[in-house]
Amino acid sequence: MASIRELHHQLVKKECSAVELTQDYLKRVETLEPKLHSFLCVTADRALEQAKQVDAKLAAGEEVGPLAGIPIGIKDNLCTQGIPTTCASKILQNFVPPYESTVTAKLAAAGAVMVGKTNMDEFAMGSSTESSAFQLTANPWDVERVPGGSSGGSAAAVAAGECVVALGSDTGGSIRQPASFCGVVGMKPTYGLVSRYGLVAFASSLDQIGPFGRSVEDIAVLLETIAGHDPKDSTSLKVNIPNYASLLKPNLLKKQKLRIGIIKETFGEGLDPVVGQAVMAAVDELKKLGAKVKEISCPKFRYGLPTYYIIAPSEASANLARYDGVKYGFRTEEAESLMDMYTKTRAQGFGAEVKRRIMIGTYTLSAGYYDAYYLKAQKVRTLIKQDFERAFSEVDVLVCPTSPITAFKAGEKTNDPLSMYLTDLMTIPVNLAGLPALSLPCGFDDQGLPIGLQMIGNVLQEDVLLQAAYAYEQATDWHERQPEIGE
Amino acid sequence: MTTATPAKTKYEAIIGLETHCQLSTETKIFSDSSTQFGSDPNTNIDPVCMGLPGTLPVLNEKVLEYAVKAGLALNCTIAPYSKFDRKQYFYPDLPKNYQISQYDLPIAEHGWLEIELTDDKGKPLVDENGKALTKRIGITRLHMEEDAGKLVHAGSERLSGSTHSLVDYNRAGVPLVEIVSEPDMRSGQEAAEYAQELRRIMRYLGVSDGNMQEGSLRCDVNISIRPVGAEKFGTKVEIKNMNSFSAIQKAIDYEIERQIAAVETGERIVQETRLWDEATQRTISMRTKEGSSDYRYFPEPDLGPIEVTQEQLSHWKAELPELPAAKRHRYENELGLSPYDARVLTDDRTVAEYFEKAVTAGASAKPAANWIMGDISAYLNNEKLGISDIPLTPENLAEMITLIEDKTISNKIAKDILPDLLTKGGSPKAIVEKKGLIQVSDPKVIEAAIDKVIAAYPDELEKYRGGKTKLLGFFVGQVMKETGGKADPKLTNQLLQSKLNG
Repeated sequence: MASIRELHHQLVKKECSAVELTQDYLKRVETLEPKLHSFLCVTADRALEQAKQVDAKLAAGEEVGPLAGIPIGIKDNLCTQGIPTTCASKILQNFVPPYESTVTAKLAAAGAVMVGKTNMDEFAMGSSTESSAFQLTANPWDVERVPGGSSGGSAAAVAAGECVVALGSDTGGSIRQPASFCGVVGMKPTYGLVSRYGLVAFASSLDQIGPFGRSVEDIAVLLETIAGHDPKDSTSLKVNIPNYASLLKPNLLKKQKLRIGIIKETFGEGLDPVVGQAVMAAVDELKKLGAKVKEISCPKFRYGLPTYYIIAPSEASANLARYDGVKYGFRTEEAESLMDMYTKTRAQGFGAEVKRRIMIGTYTLSAGYYDAYYLKAQKVRTLIKQDFERAFSEVDVLVCPTSPITAFKAGEKTNDPLSMYLTDLMTIPVNLAGLPALSLPCGFDDQGLPIGLQMIGNVLQEDVLLQAAYAYEQATDWHERQPEIGE
Repeated sequence: MTTATPAKTKYEAIIGLETHCQLSTETKIFSDSSTQFGSDPNTNIDPVCMGLPGTLPVLNEKVLEYAVKAGLALNCTIAPYSKFDRKQYFYPDLPKNYQISQYDLPIAEHGWLEIELTDDKGKPLVDENGKALTKRIGITRLHMEEDAGKLVHAGSERLSGSTHSLVDYNRAGVPLVEIVSEPDMRSGQEAAEYAQELRRIMRYLGVSDGNMQEGSLRCDVNISIRPVGAEKFGTKVEIKNMNSFSAIQKAIDYEIERQIAAVETGERIVQETRLWDEATQRTISMRTKEGSSDYRYFPEPDLGPIEVTQEQLSHWKAELPELPAAKRHRYENELGLSPYDARVLTDDRTVAEYFEKAVTAGASAKPAANWIMGDISAYLNNEKLGISDIPLTPENLAEMITLIEDKTISNKIAKDILPDLLTKGGSPKAIVEKKGLIQVSDPKVIEAAIDKVIAAYPDELEKYRGGKTKLLGFFVGQVMKETGGKADPKLTNQLLQSKLNG
């Protein structure tokens, strides 16, 4: 499957047109969707229209950027003007935003071609995309298994070649964990690097939009396009965005004397030994490439999960209060009074996992419990941040497994929320600290399922992170393997 | 209701006010829709103030400036670091079902404002030296927040019988400051005075129009009574729905009597919210408060902390105008005006500034005050004009007053030319000269006129000399007629009396 660089070359050399490329991908989507169900909505008309515009520019001899004409998938929690944005929830089934999210506007301006809106866990709450109110997305490596979540549709679509790259959102691992399960590269940038304007909020202090691709270079191109300050998002950072892709050069690790830390606490109970071995082998490879490796202790790491499951639901309980049947979205038809409309609309419109988290969050913010839960969780969040700060005074990049396990079977964990939550054990602390991290393929288990290596960088060190990941990727061929479904 | 007058002196009322004041910014607090009042429903809206999924608030910097200025004017401490919080409750007029407000770190705290104590007619009470009696009312806090939309109940005149409700979100996201007072007031009058002073300050600052009819200024009252001398507060009752200062005063006075009567008859006061009913002039129970509501406040993650630097603060402080209380003091102490005059003149900043300009241009303070509060203000009321709308400049007014003082014209002449000045403007001196209205102060000329008048009215003269001295006015009138109204009235009086008395 071709990379952005290759496709860009073909387009510029007129070896194929953007419309032809788009048609190829749309055909592939048509073929694969009955098995995969990655997309909630395929936007063929809009895609072809965007491709035509790129062709017109190319025909006029205008210079186009690397993403021009590149087919891309967009997670369905990113608002797209005139196109339904459902968050895979019944409550937003008929919601068509009258405005465009900042990231999709930037992509459109860069000439990227949106293939469709990808499936996800309802409101991004989940780790398997099974909480979608509409469909189950299959893992392209084994259609019996989940693609991970919550950005499972984007990960599966990229892995199966339904699009070249995709956008997801990551609140506790929702990009990295599905990237790991689907054998692609996925990155959660530093909190504030990418504007959240138009991203339907789950947990505002943790949510961050990020790229999926089949190579480090592809996500670097996507990241540099979507990153940057946005006056519409008060939490977006005022920083200069480097040209990430241009920083990816061979033999960097040796030159940089990159210091890598292995997070000791992630190699404990609950870790699939095959995953552990693959990650350690990856560490050896990094050593060979010139990195200095040491073990690092992050003792508060394990408090990430309980802390997250207070802060995220607390914010979610407020963020999701607006879905009340008054202004837009689903409204029950059986209401007798205002209170009745509220309760029935929300009871019928939200799925079980969303309701569970709204209840948890409502509880943790209640008078009398606030100090014991929310406030304490915020304090622990600070301690976790400090753990990372200490670690980054010693090393440049931290590594650990992205997920303690590989993709599990659909239905396996749906009745056991706690075991589902545990799959995000290693990604969650990163969101709490607002740090950048990515997952990239580092092996396969005995069933042929991809294993992901998580690399975590210091604040705004996306460049360092991408360079380290690139060096590893160039030295290995995991990323070249493709699921049979795409053959 | 029984009359509680004898019991009245046994109790004192403890009153605090919570005031919501809309800030007069062009756009909303977190988005760029207009704040225009009276537009068609749901025309001043946008995705952000409607709380559409994925939208984010961005603080309008004018709101912070206005809130800080209001805080400074109320003698508050401005927090160098404060933040926004989410206050959560479900109601259809609240698009996100949470209100972005400030909870534990408000922008301003610990202030006060000074009110004048007044009598029943709103006249300032004075001490033995004639100075206004004042009282400081503590300000607990001032914070910023967004307003909600408005429900319109349809299908019936009243909420209770309505079949459905319509929501207008034009007001959603209009910036507010909520100002909470200490429970320092003891009567309806003090509370009404506090609210008026608050509005005066907001208007002086230009941060709010304070229009109560349009809801830009909304006051909720908290009130309890306790036996005089007692430490413990009584049960607090909240009163809402007063849309004038007099309604605030009447609602409180009614409520004090109601509570005293209840206590006197052994009834328990319940903690509740009551509405002032303008039609029946009573407070009526709206809902009983069972415990405190749980708004599940938590810090707003979509907005960063608010930091006001020392530099920014000094800049805004320097921009504050002289405030009404300071003006009142200055008018009394430096210009020698009565507390009443000072109060009337400073009520409106434009009037005060007009007055000050006239004084700067050479008018004596007292006559300037009299002209502005008398003829000019009567004209403005009649024509529904503001003082800055009329062609008569403060400089021209000063010129006119000077003409009176140096006896170039009489007060009467001044009154005669005033309508022209008010409608067309121009220099009073030029008008007086052009129309030949300069006062006649030459005793010989006046005496000649007197002689002529006396000769013309022998009967009246006889009656006058026979003791009917009231006829003096008649003679003055005739002399004025004779001189075309130009005779110096004081001198005329003098000369006429001596001639009549022969």
